[in-house]
Parts: sequence; C-alpha cells; structure tokens
Amino acid sequence: MKSVNQHNRILRLFLSSLTFILLFSAQLSAQEIDSTQVRTGKKIFNANCASCHKLEKKFTGPALGKIEERRTNEWLKAWIKDNAALRATGDADAIAIFNEYNGSVMTAFPQLSDTDIDAILAYTTHGDIDKVVVAGGGEEVVEKEPSTAWMSYVVLAVLILLVLWIYFKSDNQFLKLVSTIALLLTVAYFGYQAMMGVGLDEGYQPIQPIAFSHKIHAGENKVDCQYCHSSAKHSKHSGIPSLNVCMNCHKSIAEVAETTQVMIGEEKLGKTELDLEIQKLYDAIGWDADNFAYKENYEQKPVKWVRIHNLPDFAYFNHSQHVTAGGVKCQTCHGPVEEMDELYQYSPLTMGWCIDCHKETQVDLKGNEYYAKIHEQLSKKYGIEKVTVAQMGGMECGKCHY
Amino acid sequence: MASNKKYWKSVEELNENSSIVEKLEQNEFASDIPTDQFLGDKEALASSETSRRDFLKYVGFTTAAASLAACEGPVIKSIPYIVKPDDMVPGVPDFYASSIADGFDFANVLIKVREGRPIKIEPNKLAKVSGGTNARVQASVLNLYDNNRLKGPKVKGADSDWATLDREVGEALNKLKGSDKSIVFMTGTLASPSAHKLIKDFIASYPNAKHVAYDAVSESAALDAYEAMYGERALPDYDFSKSEVIISIGADFLGDWQGGNFEVGYAKSRIPHHGKMSRHIQFESNMTLTGANADKRYMVKSAEQVQTLVAIYNAVTNGTKPANEAVAKAVSQLKAAGSKGVVVTGIQDKNAQLVALAINKALKSAAVDVMAPKYVRSGSDAKVSQLINDMKAGKVGALITYNTNPAYTLYNGAEFAEAQKNVLSVAFTMKEDETSTNAQYVAATPHYLESWGDVNMKKGHYSLVQPTIRPLFNTRQFEDSVLKWMGSSQSYHDYIKANWTTNVLNGNSWNQALHDGIFSKNVASVKVEQNNGELDELYSAPAANIAAAVSALAKRTASEGLELALYTKTGLGDGQMANNPWLQELPDPITRTSWDNYVTMSRVDAEAKGIENTTVSNGALDGNLVNVTVNGVTVENVPVYIQPGQTPGVIGLALGYGRKVGVSDNMKVGVNAYPLYQNFNTAQSVSIEKVAGNHEFACIQLQHTLMGRDEIIRETTLDDFINKPKHDWNPAPHVQMDHQNVALEKVDLWEKFDDSIGPKFNLSIDLAGCTGCGACVVACHAENNVPVVGKEEIRKSRDMHWLRIDRYYSSDMTVERGKEEGIFGSGSFFEAQTHPSDNPEVTFQPVMCQHCNHAPCETVCPVAATSHGRQGQNQMAYNRCVGTRYCANNCPYKVRRFNWFKYFDNDEFDYNLNNDLGRMVLNPDVVVRSRGVMEKCSMCIQMTQATILKAKKEGRPPAKDEFQVACANACSTGAMQFGDVNNKENTIAHLKEDDRTFHLLDFVGTQPNVFYQLDVRNTKEA
Repeated sequence: MKSVNQHNRILRLFLSSLTFILLFSAQLSAQEIDSTQVRTGKKIFNANCASCHKLEKKFTGPALGKIEERRTNEWLKAWIKDNAALRATGDADAIAIFNEYNGSVMTAFPQLSDTDIDAILAYTTHGDIDKVVVAGGGEEVVEKEPSTAWMSYVVLAVLILLVLWIYFKSDNQFLKLVSTIALLLTVAYFGYQAMMGVGLDEGYQPIQPIAFSHKIHAGENKVDCQYCHSSAKHSKHSGIPSLNVCMNCHKSIAEVAETTQVMIGEEKLGKTELDLEIQKLYDAIGWDADNFAYKENYEQKPVKWVRIHNLPDFAYFNHSQHVTAGGVKCQTCHGPVEEMDELYQYSPLTMGWCIDCHKETQVDLKGNEYYAKIHEQLSKKYGIEKVTVAQMGGMECGKCHY
Repeated sequence: MASNKKYWKSVEELNENSSIVEKLEQNEFASDIPTDQFLGDKEALASSETSRRDFLKYVGFTTAAASLAACEGPVIKSIPYIVKPDDMVPGVPDFYASSIADGFDFANVLIKVREGRPIKIEPNKLAKVSGGTNARVQASVLNLYDNNRLKGPKVKGADSDWATLDREVGEALNKLKGSDKSIVFMTGTLASPSAHKLIKDFIASYPNAKHVAYDAVSESAALDAYEAMYGERALPDYDFSKSEVIISIGADFLGDWQGGNFEVGYAKSRIPHHGKMSRHIQFESNMTLTGANADKRYMVKSAEQVQTLVAIYNAVTNGTKPANEAVAKAVSQLKAAGSKGVVVTGIQDKNAQLVALAINKALKSAAVDVMAPKYVRSGSDAKVSQLINDMKAGKVGALITYNTNPAYTLYNGAEFAEAQKNVLSVAFTMKEDETSTNAQYVAATPHYLESWGDVNMKKGHYSLVQPTIRPLFNTRQFEDSVLKWMGSSQSYHDYIKANWTTNVLNGNSWNQALHDGIFSKNVASVKVEQNNGELDELYSAPAANIAAAVSALAKRTASEGLELALYTKTGLGDGQMANNPWLQELPDPITRTSWDNYVTMSRVDAEAKGIENTTVSNGALDGNLVNVTVNGVTVENVPVYIQPGQTPGVIGLALGYGRKVGVSDNMKVGVNAYPLYQNFNTAQSVSIEKVAGNHEFACIQLQHTLMGRDEIIRETTLDDFINKPKHDWNPAPHVQMDHQNVALEKVDLWEKFDDSIGPKFNLSIDLAGCTGCGACVVACHAENNVPVVGKEEIRKSRDMHWLRIDRYYSSDMTVERGKEEGIFGSGSFFEAQTHPSDNPEVTFQPVMCQHCNHAPCETVCPVAATSHGRQGQNQMAYNRCVGTRYCANNCPYKVRRFNWFKYFDNDEFDYNLNNDLGRMVLNPDVVVRSRGVMEKCSMCIQMTQATILKAKKEGRPPAKDEFQVACANACSTGAMQFGDVNNKENTIAHLKEDDRTFHLLDFVGTQPNVFYQLDVRNTKEA
C-alpha cells in the first residue's frame, strides 16, 4: 500500500514538473501578445457578446474564434457598430450572414469604440490566455491527513493481550475481577455506540443519476442556494429544482470549461465526462443543443435523484420556518455545500442535534412584528435580553411531532 | 333549574340491574385483555411444541434479525417536476373555489390542493347561500380516490375507447333523428344553467329529444305546489334566523329536507341574544335531527300531521280554534309571532305543501323567500312515471342517464331495468352502478373535482365548478360528450364561459367569478320589515286553489295499521356515496349507529311484537330481525332498533343503503329500502313480521358512558336564563376540602402553568347552536388522517373518531322531582324515567380532547409521550408512545383512542388506506399512526402552527380570528369557534367570558382549553 502511495507521489511530482515546464513555455509564447488587451477584450466580450456568441461553437450567432482570419478588421467594426447600416449598403457578406441566420437581427453596438472592438478581436484570436495558467496551478497535490485509526487498533490489541495474559497466566484474582469489569464496560461502551449509530446516516453520500457538483454551482459560480431550491423560503420542502430551472442557465452552458474537474467518490471526472453529464439533462428535458431549441413531441424523462436527507414521517420539519422566519443559513445544517463536489449528509439529523440547536440558538426578533409583544413579555419573564428557540416553545414535543 | 335532569345515552342505562352498564362504568376498555385465552389452558400450554428455551431462541433470533434489517436504510428517490407550474410550491397548499352539485347535495366549497392532489373540502365563506358543508360534502373528496371508479368507457360490457363509443352512439342517435321514438336525457337535478342550455341546444338539433329530471328522494310535491302558486318550478327558501316561532310538520329541515342548508339561519335563531331565541315546535313520526333540536316535539303519525297542518291553516286564516290542545298552543304562539312565524312541512303531498305556503303567505312570514327560490331539486314524479311507461310501450329510442341511478333508487327499479333493455341505453357514471350494468354504453365521467361546471342553487346566485386535478382516468364529462355528439368542437369550459359572458356575468369579470367560485345578482327579495304594502303584492302571485287543497286534505283519515316513514340519513343520504368509508363509519346522530340501516321502532310497538334489543357483554347492541312489507313488496331481514321518541304505530327506515353494484364488499351493508318508497311517498302503510335471527349493530351509544357523573351536560330554559341569576343555572364548580365547600380555584393538585405569552388556543362549543349534524366528525377524519376501523371494531368500542358527538336523552323527571316524589334512589325512579323515554328530549354534545391545562393523562404516562404545550395544546408524540393506555384510563372525558391494529396497508381493513389511490387523500402534514399507540385530537396543531408560521414569515401578529381548526372550520352554524384567547380582540376571548360558558366536568379541576356554552331551551308555551 505504502509503496503504491510512494509511486503515485513520484508520478505526480513528475507530472507536475512537466506541466510546469509546459506552462512556462505557454507563458513564454504568451509574452508575444498583449495580454492586457486580450483580458480587456474578454471582459467586453463576456459583457456584450457572450449571450449570443461562443468562440468555438455556433450558438445564437456564429462562432467567433479566429474571426479575424475570415473577415477584415474594417468590415467587422462596421458590422458590430451598426450591422443594419452595413446591410443597407448592399454588402454581400453582410446580407449573406444575415440570411444564414434566418434574418435574426444582431443588436447594434454603437457604444463600442474601435479600441474596444480591437480588444474583442484580440480575444477572439488568442482565446482565453488565463485558462492555461489556471490549469497549471490547478494540479495541486492534496495531502490527506494521516489516519489515526491504527492507533486505537494497537491499543485494543494490547488490551486484549493483557486480558488474555491475566486470564491464563496470572493467579491474581483481583486482577481477573478488574479485567472482567473492564472488559464488560468496554463491550458495553462499544455496543452502545453501535446501537446509537443504527439509523444514523451522517455522511450518507449516495451515487446520484447525474454527477452534479454543488462546488461548481454554489461555490465557484456563486449561484444562490435558493435560486434552485426556491421553495425553501416558502415551504416545508426545500425543493429539488425542476429541470426548467436548470435550463435557465444550461441553455447557454452546454459544456464545461477545459479545466473543470469533479471528484465523484474516488473518481475524477474531467471535461469529457462532465459534458456527458450535461447531456443527461438535455436528454431528460429534450433540448436540442445544436439547434438551440426544445425537441417537439419529445418524451421527457424526469431525473430520479436519490434523496439524502431523510427525516422519519413522525418528525415534522419546515424549511421556511428556519430559512425565512429564523434566518438560518443553509450551511448551518447542510455543511459547506459550496465545497462539496458530491453532496453528503453533513449533520446527524437526530433529535438531540435538533434540540441542542434549539437550546442554544437565540431568536433574532428584530424587525419581525410577530415577535414584538412576545419578545417583550418573554424577556421580562426570564429577565434577559435575548431568548432562545427553546424558550419560545421550540422544545415542545408537539411542535415537531404531529 | 333544568340541569338536575337525569341524562342517559342508551335505554340500557335505565335498567338499573344492568351489569353491563356497571362494568362499562368501571372499565375504560369494554373487553378484558384475553390472558385467559392463552394462559388459562394449562394442558395446552404443557403440550405446546414451543418450549421456553425455544421461545427465547426465537426472541433472540427475531431481535437480531430486526436490528440487522434496520441497519440498511431504504433508498428514497426524489423526483422533481420537469417543468414546475408557476403557481405551485411543493409543500404549500393551494385553494380553489368550486362547488358540489351531485343532485342531492349542493354547496359552495373551497378545495385544498397539495402537490396537485385535492385533499380537503372547506366551506366557501364568501358564499352567502349554501356556503355550508355537511358531512357528505366534507367526505366527497374521498370519492375522487375511490378504487371502484370506472377507468374508461365501456361498450356492451367490455372496456372500450371514446372513439368507438362516440361512433356507435352517434350513429344510433342519428338513426333516431326524425323517428317517432324519443331520445331522453334522464338526469338528477343539475341546477346548471349551462348544462340546461346545452340540453336545449341538443333538443334543437334533435327535436325528438327531451329532458326528464329525477330526484332519488323526491321533493316533487313541494315543487308542484310552488309552481302552482308562483309559476316557477322551484323551492321556496327559508331563513329561520328571521323567525321567532318555527313549526315544522314532518320536515327534517336540519337534515335533507328540500335540499337542506337551513341550519345556518336556524342556529342563529337558537342562540339566545338579548334574551330572545326562537321557539321550535316539531310534529313528526321518526326521531329526526330536527326533532331532536326542537323545543317541543310531538309524536304524530302521517294522517295526524295532515290534520295538524289543516288545523293550523284554519286557525291562521279564519281563527278556528284547533281541537287538539298541543296544536292550539302552537297556533297561539304562531299567531302571536305574526310575520316572525313560519310553518314548514315535509308531507309528500302537493296539497299539503300548498297549504303550508298559504299559511306562510297568510302570516306574511319573513322567513320565507319566494322571490328568490332554490333550484336544488327539480324532479317530477309524474314525468318519471310517464317515462317508464313510455319505455315499456317502446316509445323511447334512447335513454341517456346522468347523475342518477334509477335502477336502484326507483321503487319500481326492476321494472325500469327491464324496460331499459328495450332502448338504446347510455349511462354516464363515475362508478359502475345498478343502472350502468344494464346499459349498452357506459360513459365514465370524472369526479366533480376533475370537472368544469356551473350551478344556480338559488335565483340570482351562481357558482362555478372548476377542476382541481387532471382527470385520474380516461373519463369525459357528460357535457363534453353531448357537445361532441352535437358535432361541436367546443369544450365545455369554453361553452360555460361563453354562456356566462352573455347570460350571467353582466360584463363582470369571469376570472373574478372563477376565483370567488360564486357570482351573485341582485334579486328583489322579500323584506317584511321594509314595506308591508309591497309584500302583499309580492305574495299575490298566481293564486292556486287553496280551499280545494284544504278540503282534499281534510278528507284524509287516520290509518289504523302500522305506518312506515322513510327517511335519509346524515351519513349516506340518497345512497350515491355508499362506497365512502368515512360516511359509513359516521355514527348516525340520533341512534349512534354506523354501518347500517334498520327499522326504528317505539318501545310500545316492540313490546307488542315481542322484539328486543339486547346489549351483549362487551357493550355492543344486538337486535331482532323483521320482514317489512308494503303493498306486497317485502324487504327481508331488516334489523330493528328500538328508538326512544319513535311515534308508536310508525316505524322508520333509512333509504340509501343496500347498494350491491359498484361498492366494495365490506360496504355492502344495510338493506335497500327504495322498493318500499312507492309512488315517491315517504309515508307508507306497512306490515311487519318478526323473523328468526339476530343482527349485530355497530352502535356506540353505550360506549364512553358517563361513568356515573351526571354533571357532564348542562342546559337551562330560556325563562331561567333570563330571569334567574347565573349561579342558579350555570353554577361555578365547588369541591370539598376539610369538610368545607370551597370554590374550585382554591384547590389544585397542579402548579400553575404560565400560558400568558404568545397564543393560547381555546375551542368553544355552543350547545345551543350545535345541531349534531356530524360535519365536524368527517372534517376531522379528512384533516387528521383518522383511519376507518370497520363495523366489527366499532362493535368492540374501538372506533377511532377523535371527535364524537354524544347524544343524551333526558326527560322531565328530574332528580329534584324524584326526591320530592320520594322515588329518587329507588327502582321506581328508573320506572318513571322509562316512560318519558318514549319521547325524551335530546341534547348533542361534541366531545374531543379537552386539552386540559392540568391534564390527568400527562401525569400517568410512564414515557412522557403526552405533554403540555404553552399554546394550550395537550401534545401527543406518537413515536414516543409505548401503548400502556394508562392515559386513556385516567382521562375523565374518554377521548383517547388506541390503535389496536395497523389500519393502513392491511387487508383486514380494506378501506381507503389499503390502496394507493385511496391513500392520496392523506394530509401530508399529519403522520399516519401505527399500531400500538394512543391517538387523540391534537387541536389541529398542524393548522395552528401553519398560521403562526405564515404570520412570522409575513412579519406581523396573527390577524383577528385567523387561527382555525378543521372542526370549527367545517361547522356551518358557527357553534364551534376557535382562536387565541390571549388576544382579547378574538371572538373566542369574548365567548370565554360568556355567562353560558362552562367546562366539562369542571369540578375535576382539569381546567380544559375546550369550553362549552350550555344549551338553552325555549319552553315557554303560549
């Protein structure tokens, strides 16, 4: 086992040095282009053009990668600033491209200066120069914390040997008695632990039908939790987003960036795999990415996610109570979801866990008229400024069990 | 002081030697734990194959296996929408306004929909007319999820598709076009402007078509009478809140008389207000719900009812003093009340109905609204009889039935079924029934919660029916089919919308009407207070010949023999909901018996015929059987129930039972009484014959006995209420301490519970306003996932009703009077009770968990499964309960119910919880309890919590009277009120301070959060 680890480490070292060299060379070549211009161009492109154009692929409009090789700079400037005027001059190229896209009119951008357009064009020619840099830095070696489990095994083995020795070799009756008691206590302790663990699903991480990464969505792209889980603020259920919500973004995002990686279990998924995962979404809802349209008469197939957080039927939980009324952050119970590629159950979801929180959490009563009078009376009763959920009655059985 | 009356629930209690009553008073659970069965037989134990060691091995193995099995959790899938509807949030209910119009019940309702499933029917409080929901309307949501529903159309008995049905029926209809044979639509009362228009359109293109309306339980006489007098086929509307004297002659207007829905106005007049309440005098033969609520009830046979009516007419119009003393007293009160008096009758005779209308006209009765009549019944007996004759004579080519089941409900149903074979017969129905089995074409219709429609229940008041779920099966609305057969491509929705836009809405918004569910137009209605001169004019509509009617009635002579009075029950009504387990299990308000119909008979008649009711050792009731014969038609093996208050010489029998087709086996209960409903008359001359055999009733009247406590119910007379001090008729509780009589507040076992902060819920029940209708019981079933346990379990006192309506009988013989006459405490006191038991007074008292602040159940629970909440609710954590049942033993109110079995997914209890479709009605906010736990009323904590959460989210204090519970919400009379007493603005806070308020068994010191207002009876005669 160790040797394999070692081997891996050597391999990784080799690979990272190799990438470093590659990267260095890439940066070397990048020296020749005006990186500031390209970066400005990217910014302007993303702000103005990206909703209809991609570099490599046809989208609402044509692919713009290396467009300078196909059109002259003057023509492009004329087209971008006012394509209708260009077409009115009877420019054959302009009319041809207009007809190719079924007469859909491109927005005119008279506000873009020549410098801006040059920057955009630089970007379309050289592409994303920062991407490579990120790829080089992304190859980090993650050191796992060394496991301490072996220590407890050693201790246990020593103890067992000791007890065996006392039983078979020793004549000391007192020692035997003590060791028997110790043994029984140990067994009881472990037995109790094991029994208490029955039905506990902390860390439950089932395989989902789509390798969906919360890290990419909530973490890197900072999509608000409640953008997708929109019923959390209204309802007892947080709600799993319906596919049309996914499509709000994924209509435009048909593929991930080159460097995107997702860890599902021990498996690392790269662009090739992840693009296929997005394809699963399109298959479910019937989206034709090439023609940028929903397929007609398509038999849509719902996605059957595996539910991770399961409360028993006899426990009533309401998301909106906690999210809207209580102002609790999602991460309080669900953990650092924005760092999870593959989601797992972060909290034990036991009654003790609920109650602990209810005992400690102070209710923020400011700005909510519902609490105004209650707060005044309660703080007088308990002689305190702030009251906990439990003092508000959040520990009564019937509040969650009915 | 009326509270010293002796109350009893069952005649058995009047038998002082009854060991069963004594036993039930001692024991919470009627049957002992059957330890003797498995431990008593020593021999069997010794010879048993399983030794103690084996037993331990099995226990060890099963424990290990169970814990191993528990380690692996099930994988649960979560499947989101593909495209989520915008207005739908999973977990948040939507409400849609709609209406029910099934030909028998008409009401404006709100439908609660969760995740696209309708799960609860609520009253539409916007509606000024027919806004109440009775037990059947409340239960109608369960019919949607009936496993016996038709899944698609049928052609000649085989499953088919709509195209085939349309083609074949269309061809047949076209062939009939222009022939001398007619096409007949036979429907229940539709009261739908658009459906009527549609049928008219159909008749325009098929001139040989006609429409025959048919009501299973006919109000033809009243319709004929109104038509003769006012020129329109409709029923007068009554607002009893405007009357001070109500005389009813055989009209069960709190039941289904003329379409019902009169209880709202009635209850208003029954709650004493400024020292005034109505006086209600009832002349009737069966003990009805209305009679039970009356101040004075006279037992009269049908012929005497007619004489009474004529006597009242004569007295009112020309001052003739009635010969009968009781009638004379009633008339003098009626005349004194003038326009504040009203007379109604249920006699199925056009002349009688005419005379009743004439009396009200003479009185200028304010309660009667003849200008804006009701359309909730429309059937004509003559036309139905004519139709059957035509069918037999071969004059009918095609018969299209919809919303009706004549083969079952017609007294000559067999004749109808025979004649049905001669014609092309198309049956529109939701389930297979007696009529559809004989029809060549069965067109599956959707439930009203899946349909579009409109209803005109009362002149000027229109309602819309809208779908709240996509049709579950391959069904199509009757109206859509008719449109299709007419060659129209319009949908019925568009048809209604077009019709409303041109004929109803007057330029008002369709969307608003759809949102509200109702649309009202102004109709000049009769207002006595405003203009007396105008009133005369209004009342002088085309006059019918009243004199002729009176003389015809006067000729009626009393019959000597036994009479049969047919009636409909609160639960099943006309029988179209026979496959609804909630309704089957709903105990009849009067007899407290579920799952049955039976002959009700007076004690006198029963003794004469040697018929007995016996109470068996576990408290269940058995009865003898009789054969009932009317005009040569015999209904066999009908059980007899001896009913206090039944007129001697009259037996009663409920219609609507004994369905055989389209209902599950365990709901094929009772006997079909329709064959006895000859010529659509509820009063029949009858002969009975006792036959061998016993019938087991599912009767719960002896269960939850008073446990020897007499103070449980309180009532007083209006006289005492006005004239005497409060402590006289509603004394504050006292207890004995150190041999002193001290006020209850001075003594307490418990520490005071601080509940002044935040909301504190109380429920108020006004016994004066409660009619005992049972809507709350069904509403509780629907809201709280209460299981149906079935007839056998009910017999064993294992009913699961969280809310029961106790019915108490009482008589004039009070404890005081008994003491005065020196018979109290002796056998003759009971003797003296027995005779008044022939016509007892009746009081209803809904009892649910009283949510005691000092709850006896909480102190005895060994695992603290039941505990007290600061909001006043006594909370029950089912998952913590281990089923010791100590709590039920210690509850003074007997409201805790024990889950003896797993009632879901169990073939032994094959009701709605045993199939996927039926389970769709479950409320997802309330857990389904498992076997071995106690359950009880939670004071709808899921609803109060939801209201609190809504207020919190919106950042505001709860509004006035915002808190609701299912029972109070369903209570159309407003007798039940719920709310937060800590907010002094709320209605409930005022009610708590009311003089009539008392707590159940207050001297026990439990300090309940449910309180009652005592019943007041207007005993003033003349």
